[in-house]
Amino acid sequence: MRLPPFQLLIDDHGDAVLRYLRAAVGSQDAEDCWQDTMLSALRAYPSLRDARNLRGWLLRIAHNTAIDLHRASGRRALPMAEPPEPAVDDRPAMEPELWQAVRRLPDKQRAAVALRFAGDLDYRAIGTVIDCSEAAARQNVRAGLAAVRREWGHARATT
Amino acid sequence: MHERLRELSGRAAEEGLLDVAYADVDAPFGKLLVASTPAGLVRVAFASEPDQRVLEELAERISPRVLQAPARLDEVRRELDDYFHGRLHQFRLPIDWSLSAGFLRQARQACYAIPYGQVLTYAQLAARAGSPAAVRAAGNAMARNPIPIVVPCHRVVRTGGGLGGYGGGLDVKRWLLDLEGSGDRQLELASE
Repeated sequence: MRLPPFQLLIDDHGDAVLRYLRAAVGSQDAEDCWQDTMLSALRAYPSLRDARNLRGWLLRIAHNTAIDLHRASGRRALPMAEPPEPAVDDRPAMEPELWQAVRRLPDKQRAAVALRFAGDLDYRAIGTVIDCSEAAARQNVRAGLAAVRREWGHARATT
Repeated sequence: MHERLRELSGRAAEEGLLDVAYADVDAPFGKLLVASTPAGLVRVAFASEPDQRVLEELAERISPRVLQAPARLDEVRRELDDYFHGRLHQFRLPIDWSLSAGFLRQARQACYAIPYGQVLTYAQLAARAGSPAAVRAAGNAMARNPIPIVVPCHRVVRTGGGLGGYGGGLDVKRWLLDLEGSGDRQLELASE
């Protein structure tokens, strides 16, 4: 198995992992989670068998690290305190209120939306991370966005 | 990302997860990429070698746990800097020979023993490495020396006084020989 130097993974995907973690655990815990994610990844890296989707692999570890933090702190729901920066510069940033709405989504929808828009993963890779099919990942993102739109529209109509 | 990376490489080293640390070092003739393992200095690459190819080779031949970690190369940077300014004649930093096997390693270790300011011919080096007939192999060992400057392949020249080749370019070889005060005088000795 030919694996690229680990530094290359950080250069190419380190920012996406951080964006995802900010969305998943809030910016305060994101830094520690980023360190833990990269150390876990370094530990496992030499025995990795498939180097085709390294961003998805890293985000899966980040996802598990976020869940561990969530369990350890006994929180009922993952906070999404800060709106993540957009993954791609030319994509308009999502409104902070939108991310507040994302935060209230059911687990799978929330993770799917964060992986899509903060981690910049495709649906197949999202499915790998949250353990469902590509179609189910797409459905989770779609349903999550629809719920967010409804809630956001409602909030805008009432203010 | 800089601060984040520094913390990561520090923690990775503590946990034994940093197999290859690398950094850039400035030399009077350009940038060098240097890499160390926990055993010692394993690679010095001239700017003429693309970083990515050097790092990929280290990932393949040593370990994919390769991180940019300038703090892990402070000693290397200090000794190289002292050497380039004439303050250091013999490197003391530990060397990791794991990129060299068989006769290549013997030839490079024989080269490592050539004192500052002296030169040998490829034939003399072959003899010191234990195989007087292996002149061409000794030349190959120098041409693909993974740790130039510290393993001083610039001190090996052609019989007859020609400079021979050099991975960093002949200008650099000439510069290093001049630094050591062994330019013309030693080349004449080699031709005798």
